[in-house]
Amino acid sequence: MAITEDQLRQEQEQYKYGFSDPENYVFKSKRGLSAEVVEEISYMKGEPDWMRDFRLKSLKHYNKRPMPQWGGGGLLNEIDFDNIYYYVKPSDRAENSWEDVPDYIKDTFDKLGIPEAEKKFLAGVGAQYESEVIYHNLQKDLEAQGVIFLDTDSALKQYPELFKKYFGTIIPPNDNKFAALNSAVWSGGSFIYVPEGVKIELPLQAYFRINAENMGQFERTLIIADKGSQVHYVEGCTAPTYSTDSLHSAVVEIVALEGSRVRYTTIQNWSKNVYNLVTKRAAAYKDATMEWVDGNLGSKLTMKYPAIYLMEPGAKGEILSVAFAGHGQHQDAGGKVVHVAPHTTSTITSKSISKEDGRSSYRGLLKVHPEAEFSKSNVRCDALLLHENSRTDTYPYIEIENDRVDIGHEATVSKVGEEQLFYLMSRGVSEAEAYSMIVTGFIEPIAKELPMEYAVELNRLIQLEMEGSVG
Amino acid sequence: MEKSLIIRDLHVNVEDKEILKGLSLELEKGKVHAVMGPNGSGKSTLSYALAGHPNYEVTGGEVLFNGQDVLEMGADERAQLGIFLAFQYPMSIPGVSMANFLRTAVNSVRKARDEKPMRVPDFRKMLNEKMSVLKMDRSFAGRYLNEGFSGGEKKRAEILQMAMLEPKVAILDETDSGLDIDALRIVSEGVNALRNPDTSVLIITHYQRILNYVKPDYVHVLVDGRIVTSGGPELALELEEKGYDWVREQFAVPA
Ligand SMILES: Nc1ncnc2c1ncn2[C@@H]1O[C@H](COP(=O)(O)OP(=O)(O)O)[C@@H](O)[C@H]1O
Ligand SMILES: [Mg+2]
Repeated sequence: MAITEDQLRQEQEQYKYGFSDPENYVFKSKRGLSAEVVEEISYMKGEPDWMRDFRLKSLKHYNKRPMPQWGGGGLLNEIDFDNIYYYVKPSDRAENSWEDVPDYIKDTFDKLGIPEAEKKFLAGVGAQYESEVIYHNLQKDLEAQGVIFLDTDSALKQYPELFKKYFGTIIPPNDNKFAALNSAVWSGGSFIYVPEGVKIELPLQAYFRINAENMGQFERTLIIADKGSQVHYVEGCTAPTYSTDSLHSAVVEIVALEGSRVRYTTIQNWSKNVYNLVTKRAAAYKDATMEWVDGNLGSKLTMKYPAIYLMEPGAKGEILSVAFAGHGQHQDAGGKVVHVAPHTTSTITSKSISKEDGRSSYRGLLKVHPEAEFSKSNVRCDALLLHENSRTDTYPYIEIENDRVDIGHEATVSKVGEEQLFYLMSRGVSEAEAYSMIVTGFIEPIAKELPMEYAVELNRLIQLEMEGSVG
Repeated sequence: MEKSLIIRDLHVNVEDKEILKGLSLELEKGKVHAVMGPNGSGKSTLSYALAGHPNYEVTGGEVLFNGQDVLEMGADERAQLGIFLAFQYPMSIPGVSMANFLRTAVNSVRKARDEKPMRVPDFRKMLNEKMSVLKMDRSFAGRYLNEGFSGGEKKRAEILQMAMLEPKVAILDETDSGLDIDALRIVSEGVNALRNPDTSVLIITHYQRILNYVKPDYVHVLVDGRIVTSGGPELALELEEKGYDWVREQFAVPA
């Protein structure tokens, strides 16, 4: 048990990232979305024509597509898209020394503990504030080995060919409405290239912070792991608590080439006024391994289903997803795996927790193509309900197009039982602590997959969510 | 003799049905009391009511722990005072290791007594010692609480928890049932190791067998929600010989 009641009490305020900074920005687009705003973004960034055209074409896709009515349960209709700022530029460039980052932003990231974490256990750090990455740094020895870790805008300028070869290939702009939106107004995010055979032992971390009210953050991340390479990328996210809503709609594309190993870990803890609508997809080639570890806390509505396409024999995919839906929140999460090639394997493990009137859904797709013989897949989703009015739903779509496959599927729903609570309390543990023990135990199979620092962070966040849930 | 727990005229309802019908019992410090009774007589109801299970509704009577009324207290507060129940059917808690759980529990109890949390190395040392008394493998500490434990392992784990929490009143609800002779001996040694002048042990059982290993000072007979007679260790043997029907006849309890 990581945390004592005392520590919890000290952190009483439910969401400690809820502070905000005064706005002091270089540029802020006007509210709402139009071709003019899109052109302005492209112009401000000094982009090549192809990117401007890509954005404008994406905007057309976005406008054409209806708002999805599944998943969000109608919540999506509440977003006032005309009231959002689609591009906010806080400073002129991405620094690679914390000293050069504007003070008020540095203070924010200090409070969030980022520079300290970088010193202790990270191979590189990126930090995005509103629309732009304001800090980026990579260990020198990795740089010397040819590793590229940049904000996505800089990568477009510095590595135009590599960029163009992969950008938008895994998730085309017309994939879904929010991918189209991101493609039109994307800004920031991380670009990573790991050269053949290079194994990065420590994680690379990016940190995303929304500060302004009614802000839309649309980062775009592209990771290319060349043959036999290895990388673990971690993202964390927070935002201040405002009474009106913000929008976070990212696109993450990952290319795991032959024999490579990519792990992408998200510990998101958005404030409860953020709509989090993210498209994440990876393509894994021969003998490559792709892993998504997705911890979804906070936000008003999250719709996120990390996907893996297993493109060539021997490719492996694993998705671990944890979602915590507290009061007034809806976590619509899950995963998708598509077995394109034979002899590919996948597992999806989803754990969701619903507290009070929180609602969590598992939405998953498992698809096995006719050619994907001798593939194996196992899907397991477990839901834990803390209260009588908590809700969970499961939507496991399975499309198997050949017989010579080995598929397992299991789903469970459990309630925190009175008997379990009594048992723990009869040992002197308070009711709040008993609840949080049961919840921590429930996600243990996923927490134990994380590096220690992140497992501790995940447990800490969950215990904070649990605080005050007893009644 | 100094009393640790005094139960007077206790009435307990379960789902609106009266199960304990005016039960009185006094536990002495440093002594082992056995409560024997047939199935359905209310033995587990007594132990849950003492431990503070919210569904066991006390409709009358009182329970005093060192003179303090415990009936208004939650289960956690009672445990912090030093009341411990070894469950007849312990719950499993997936994902929570024995060691983590015990450390949280021990520190919760210490905190309630204004003591500092136990340091990790001290805790480990204590845990290892207690586990070796109970002949439990070290790997036990890393296993999830009661998850996939055999019947015998669960009972041993209960006694381990008891040993770690060092209670003042230890209630064992049919800890002997389902144990083979070797396991019974080990568990009994664990209980005997806990005996001290400050602690009362209440062994609740259907059979006399465990009392060969943990010698009781007093034996009480529970039939139909009341203690109908009390005596010394010889009462247990008499019961074993004559059966519960004899008690029913003797004390005019309708069957
Ligand atoms: N949770 C419960 N719900 C309904 N009836 C119960 C419950 N617990 C106990 N009882 C009833 O109370 C009576 C006494 O049960 P119990 O205390 O478990 O007896 P013992 O432990 O002596 O076998 C029985 O008739 C049993 O059916
Ligand atoms: Mg019983």
